This record gives sequence, structure tokens and C-alpha cells, in this order.
Amino acid sequence: MNKSIRRLAAAFLVFYGLLFIQINRVQIYDAKQLIEDPTNSRIAIESFGAARGRIATSDGVIIADSKINEISDQFRYEREYPHGNLYAHITGYVSFNSGSSGLESSYGEELSGRTPEQLADALYELFADDPETHDLVLTIQHDLQIVAAESLGSRNGAVVVMSPLTGEVFALVSSPTFDPNLLSATNTASANSARSDLLNQVDNPLISRATNEIYAPGSTFKLVTAAAALEQAGFTLETPVFEITASYVPPLTIRPITNYGGSECGGSLKESLRVSCNTTFAEIGAEYLGPSLLKEIAEKFGFNKVIPFDIATVPSYFPTDFGNELSMVTTPDGESTEVAVVENTPLLAQAAIGQYEVAATPLQMALVASTIAGQGNTPKPYLVKEILDSKGEVVTFASNSVWQQTMQESTAEMLRESMEEIVNSGTAQRLAINGLTIGAKTGTAQISSEDPETHAWVVGFAGYPQNLPSVAFAVFVEADSAEGEQTGGRVAVPIAREILLEMFEVNE
Amino acid sequence: MKNKDIQYRRRTELWLIIFGSFVVTLLYVLTSFGNSASVPVDLVPFFVAVLGLGVLAHLVVRKFAPSADPVILPLVFFLNGLGQVFITRLSHESGIADELPALQSTWTAVGVVAFIFVLIFIRNSRDLETHKYTFGIIGIALLALPLLPFIGSEINGARIWASIGPINLQPGEFARLALTIFLAAYLVEKKELLQIGSRKIFRFEVPLWRHLSPVLLAWGFAMLVLIAEKDLGSSLLYFVLFTVMIWVSTQRLSYLIISFGLFICGALISWRIFEHIQARVSVWHDPWSFRSGSGYQLVEAAIAMANGGLIGTGIGSGEPNRIPEVETDFIFAAIGEEMGLLGTVLVLSSFLLIISSGLRIAIKSSDPFNKLLALGLTTLIGFQALVIMGGVVRLLPLTGVTLPFVSYGGSSLLGNYILVALLLRLSDQVENSQSSKEKSIREMSNE
Repeated sequence: MNKSIRRLAAAFLVFYGLLFIQINRVQIYDAKQLIEDPTNSRIAIESFGAARGRIATSDGVIIADSKINEISDQFRYEREYPHGNLYAHITGYVSFNSGSSGLESSYGEELSGRTPEQLADALYELFADDPETHDLVLTIQHDLQIVAAESLGSRNGAVVVMSPLTGEVFALVSSPTFDPNLLSATNTASANSARSDLLNQVDNPLISRATNEIYAPGSTFKLVTAAAALEQAGFTLETPVFEITASYVPPLTIRPITNYGGSECGGSLKESLRVSCNTTFAEIGAEYLGPSLLKEIAEKFGFNKVIPFDIATVPSYFPTDFGNELSMVTTPDGESTEVAVVENTPLLAQAAIGQYEVAATPLQMALVASTIAGQGNTPKPYLVKEILDSKGEVVTFASNSVWQQTMQESTAEMLRESMEEIVNSGTAQRLAINGLTIGAKTGTAQISSEDPETHAWVVGFAGYPQNLPSVAFAVFVEADSAEGEQTGGRVAVPIAREILLEMFEVNE
Repeated sequence: MKNKDIQYRRRTELWLIIFGSFVVTLLYVLTSFGNSASVPVDLVPFFVAVLGLGVLAHLVVRKFAPSADPVILPLVFFLNGLGQVFITRLSHESGIADELPALQSTWTAVGVVAFIFVLIFIRNSRDLETHKYTFGIIGIALLALPLLPFIGSEINGARIWASIGPINLQPGEFARLALTIFLAAYLVEKKELLQIGSRKIFRFEVPLWRHLSPVLLAWGFAMLVLIAEKDLGSSLLYFVLFTVMIWVSTQRLSYLIISFGLFICGALISWRIFEHIQARVSVWHDPWSFRSGSGYQLVEAAIAMANGGLIGTGIGSGEPNRIPEVETDFIFAAIGEEMGLLGTVLVLSSFLLIISSGLRIAIKSSDPFNKLLALGLTTLIGFQALVIMGGVVRLLPLTGVTLPFVSYGGSSLLGNYILVALLLRLSDQVENSQSSKEKSIREMSNE
């Protein structure tokens, strides 16, 4: 009998040996593969349930916070956005199933304490429950943000208000918006359904119209064309003088470009800007600048480039290809410079007045205004002023910097003078406020040749007299088939005015 | 056994128990550290309870089974303590009901009392042998109890529960012991009958048809349990138990081969017939295909154990509560996650040591009943541990049995404490008869 018992013992030893090998496979050899299994939600749950730093406006209003979660067992903290949809496109959201957006995404490491520096700090405190999270202080002004959102109201559009000198963004609004609390809920089922509801809406509230959609800039783009003419084509505000006409026919086509309402205009560059004269700027684009000069200055303003910003943006667009060069002709004023005639010169004439395929984000157009208001340099815009550690001490702070040197100071000065004239006696007269020096350019962009509805724009700057402008802005109201034609002067300017009244604390 | 040796054995046992109590208490402190970064408030009562129960059991062994094996009891207390620590830890995160740690410690105390009773009242294994049919009937009755209306109930698909008043028990845990006692005694009685009357086919001695009846009975019995109670684990356990005991008692390899063949047939048939068994096998084969359904538990267990790696996340720092049934069937995965390979190997070697001690008792025993009973009891505990640990790491298909002494479960704890008491009773008896034999040999040689 003992022989069989010894055999049984051997059998046990073999089976336990196999068990030992299998445990080693699971815990050591295959461990890495198992942990990195795409269905392993441990890491995701851990990081989603962890505390994140706060986000506050420049005047100390908390707009994103982490609250201890008393309902869910899985997640220890829940993200909270006390102002609901007001800051949705700035803070973004952090959702369990569909990632994050806005600052929550671009500053995700700092907020959750996962930068290499923060991880190294955490090593010193081995028994710390939570990692060292950092807080963000923004350049946004809470009251201004409220006024911007309220004056835009229920219309689809965007507002960007910033400092032309430093690049600080004071208000950034996109409408329609959404409540990031719903998407960031630790109840993942309700977060998922909130997200699919938003995705099903036609006007796509999840996308920031201020930074992530591009629209035809219409006449506001004439500022870029004017800058090119002053910088590159030897223009002054007074010369050359254009024919006063109702229509202009570019080379290689018989289809004329007409003025707003069929009116006749022309004259100097300054006069043409004041009344937003299409014929003048179409001619400048087609016959004075040509494709390469206009593209060059557009890119110096930031078109076709990703704006360096604290949240993700899409680049604005200026067409890079107008076809092959056909011939060189002298400019109409008889100066010795020669301009190329290209296959698509008629489209170039359209592009010069902000139509055809030219498209910009409201942030880009705010940068155009900032460049003119800020002595010719395009500032690097920013939202995050300071990063604070958990003791409230500043870890890093943003420094003002020039993104691109776009044009000479004198060019910017001439454009400012022209834009101030637009507010004094041009298309943006409703913007005038006593005691302030304000310059602006309106825009009314058709979205197709058939439909009457238009995008309404106004870009500009404001400041106290004898000082450099302290504010630059872009207001955009999206075309709406129910509204029909919306001109920049009638629709966008009043919104800009509300914002300036708040910004400069003027009571009327 | 000489007095000096007895003293040595019991001193070893006491020191091992004291050492084990310190280790278990240290793990308990670590649990609380991982959870709330503080020393547990009930640290002193916990230590006193662990040490007190161990010393109490030790004193009873010292008085009533002084020559018994010295390592089994400390190992059992260590495993039980480890289980208690993990059940407490798992309850911190409300993954399991808060009252489980208290219930488990109550059942531990009940188990130790039962252990003491068995050692005090069963002074000689002969008492068990003479009542073999009583045990046989008790065993069958206990096994059938969950099938009765009103008393029996089905939980998680297996009808293995019986409710008596407020207490829910799994009578199967006790039926196993009774049936092992019966089978050991029965096989000793019928051994000659089973061994004779065989014919030879080639080199194998094949038993006559009529002598196959016990094997067929065992097989039928296991199948009955499987069909009626849907208890795959117990069914497998009975089958292995009976086969091993018949094989060892008859010394016939043919019984083993026939049993094994019958097992394969049974397995194939039930695989064909029962969907839940097909599902078990498919999930075992590839749990990832059933990731969000029936494979969830196995995949989460594998990820948990992988997460633990060599030294574990530290007790209280892992997320074992993600595994369903982690406090019972899957407690081994929780240990793997938070104590790593070191923890799982510790558990595995503890069982291996218990098996080797148990089999040593069987080998040393000269009395055939004691031999078979020690063998049966050791097989029960050793194979059950193998089946569940192997199930958790996918060495074997998963069958829902508890990890003896570690898993949460009152019936399992109570049954296993009785099992260990019987094993120590046998050990004491074996050592005494061994020494009396040696004595008589010495006396003879002196003459």
C-alpha cells in the first residue's frame, strides 16, 4: 500500500508543480501583457477617480474642482464645474469613456499630478494618499465672460477678447455650449447618454466655434489685404486712388465683383476700408498683390498655421494654389512693379475680400486685430497665467511673447487710423463709446451664392485716447437661415459694444 | 514515542503557532495601513484572539493527542489567519458585506471548538470504524439534504445549501468526511474480496464484473451529485477521493485505469448534455472571448494576479474587489494581487506541507483503516486546494469550491477543522503504535 501512497505523493507533487509553473506564468512571464490588456480598466478607473487640480479665473472664481465622491465606489473623486456651460469650451471635460477636451486635456498631466516633476515629488512622500496635483489660474475675467456669453445669447457664434500686447485671453465664448458636468459624471452610463445626446444635435455644441471651426471671414479679411498693400505694394492710406464704381471685373473672367447693395465706392485705401469697398480690395488682390504676396502676409498673421495656444485649435485657411502663372503685368497705377496673372486670378480677387475658400477661426481674427492694435507683432495668445502647487505657490507662469513679426509698426499705425475712421463714420459707427478710442472692421460673409444668410463679424480694438489699445476682440455670429442676411454692423457690433462697456466699466 | 520526542513535537507546535500569530497580526496591521494609514483599533484584541485560539488548540492537542504531527495545526492557523486578514481587507471597500469578517471569525471559533470536541471525544479511530454504516447513512443523508424542499436551496446555480433556522450550511462539507470514514472502513472490510477473483488480460489483472460494483457505485454517486446539485467541484472531489482510496486499498492499477476511463466518459457525456458544463469549458479555454460575461471573473483574476507580480501591490493597495466572489472561490487571486508570487507560493507550499504531513501519517500507519482514512482525508484537503487554485489560474476548468481555511465560508471552516482533528487523532495513534512496536522489538532483542 505504501508504494501507491508514495505514487500519490508524487502525483500531488507533479500537480502542485504544474500549479506553481502556471502561477509564475500569470504573475511574472505574462504579467506585462495581462496588465496592458486593452480591457484592463484598472488604470483608467484609477486615474479617472483621482483628484484633479482646480481651475480658476484671473479674478479667483473656481470654474473646475474635484469633489470627494460619496456615491460611487469605483471613483473616489468627481469633477465639478460650478458654472456649468459658461466655461465648457475652455475647461473642456474629463469623461471616463470618451477622453477629455479643453484644458482638462492639454493640462491633464499637471492637473492630475502626472508630470515627471510631480511624480518625482510624490516619491518623497511615499505614504501620501493622493498625488501632488497642480491648479491653473487663467487669464479669463469672470464678469467679462458672463457679459460676452449673455450678449451673444442663444445665437450660434463665438467671442474672443484678448490683450493685443500680452496675448492674455480675457474672454473666450462659443455658442451653443454644453454642461461639462454631465459628461464628466462618475455615473458613466448617464455621461455616455449625455454625450450621445450632444453628438446628435445638429449644431454640434461640443465643438468650440472660437477655436475649432473655420468660417469665411468676409470683409474683416480686408485688413489682411490692406496690410499687404501697405507693406508690400507701396500703398499709403491716400494713394493710389481707385475708381468709384459699382463693379469690378478681374482679369480672365467676365463675372464682376459688386459692392454691398450695388452701391458705388472707391477712392483711397482708407476710404475703401471705411465703407468696406469690395471693388477696391478685389482689384488690389488681383492686380497689385498677386497670389504670393497675399498668401505671405496671411501666413504672417497665422493663417495655415496651428496657433500656439493652451487648448487645441485648428489652423485657419488661405488658399495656397491659384494655378499656374500665365504672364506678368505692371500694376494699374503704372508703377514699375510687376504682378503675376495666374489661372485663378478671379478667385484670388474673391479671396482678397475674404470670400472663396478663405476661412478663419474667431481666435485667428482676434489675432489679426491684436496684430494691428499691438504695433505689428502677432502675440502668442494664452489662457493659463499661472500653475500653482497644492500649497498655492507659483510653479510656472506664462510670459508674454511675440508669435510672429507680421508687419512694421508704421503699417499697424496706418491700419489703426483707418479702423478708427470706420467707427467714427464707417460701417461700425454703433460701436463708438465716449471717452474711448475704438477701431473696428465689420464683415458680412456669404456662405453660398444662392442663400441669403450671412456670417456677421466684427474685429477691432479699444483703449484710452493717447494710449495703445488695451483690448482686441473678434465677434462672430454664425449664418442662420431663419435670420437671413446678418450684417456685421447690425448684428455683431452691438455684441462687441456690450463687451467694451463691461471691459472699460463705462455706464451709459 | 519517547517522552522527549513528544515534548519536542509539542514545543515545536507551540512556537510555530506563536510565530504564525505574529505574522498574521503583522499582515492585519499592514491591511489597516494600506486602507487608512493607521494601526487598527482592535490590534490587541485581534492578536489575543489569534494567539488564544492557537494556544487553546495546542493545549488540547498536548493533552489528548500528544504525539501528533506538530506542523499541521500551525499551518492551518496560518492559512485561517491569512484568510481572515483578507476577508477583513476586502470588506473595507464595501465590495463584500461588512459582517463577513465577524462571521468568519465566529465560524473560526466554532471550528476550533469542534476540533477540540473531536479530539476529546474520539479517543480511538476504532470508534469510527465500528460505526461505518452509521457514517455511510449520515453521509448520504447530508448529501441529499439540499435536495429536500423547504430545507434545501439553490444559490448561484448550485443546490448545495440547507437552511436550519437562521443558519445556512453546506451539508456536503460534512458529508465528505462521513463518506470518507465509511469508505475507508468498507474498503478495509472488503479488501480481500476486491483483490481476488480477477483474470489476466495481457499483463493487467482485470477484476471480475461483480467486483467492479464499488467503482461503478462511486462513479454513479459522483454523477448523481453533479446532476442533482450541479456541484461540479464536489463531484470531481468525490470521484478522485473514491478512485484514490480504491486504488490504494486494492493495489490494482486496473481500478485506476478503469476509473479514469469512466471519468473521461462521464466528463464527455456531461459535457454533451449540460450547457453549463460546456460553458465552463469554453470559458476555461478562452475567457477573453467572454470578457464581459462569464469570462469576466477569470480575466479580472488573471489581471489582478499579474498586477501583483513578484511581491504584490501591498495588502490594501490592490483592487481585488473587482473580482466577483473574491472572498470565497477567488480569494487566492486577491492574495496573488496584494502579496504577489511570494504570497501565492506561501499558500501553495503550506498546502503541500499539509499534504506531505498527511501522507506521512498514512505511510507510517500499520493499521489499514487508519492508513486509508489518513490518505482519504489528506486527499480531500490537498485535492480541493489544488482544484480551486488551479481553477483560479486556469490550470483547470473552474469548479466552485472553497480554498480550505482561507476562503470565507462557515461550513467549509467547520468541516475542515473536524478533518484536521481527525488527522491529528490518527497521527497520535500511529506514532503511539509505532513506538509500542519499537518497544516490543527492543524488548524482544533484549531477551
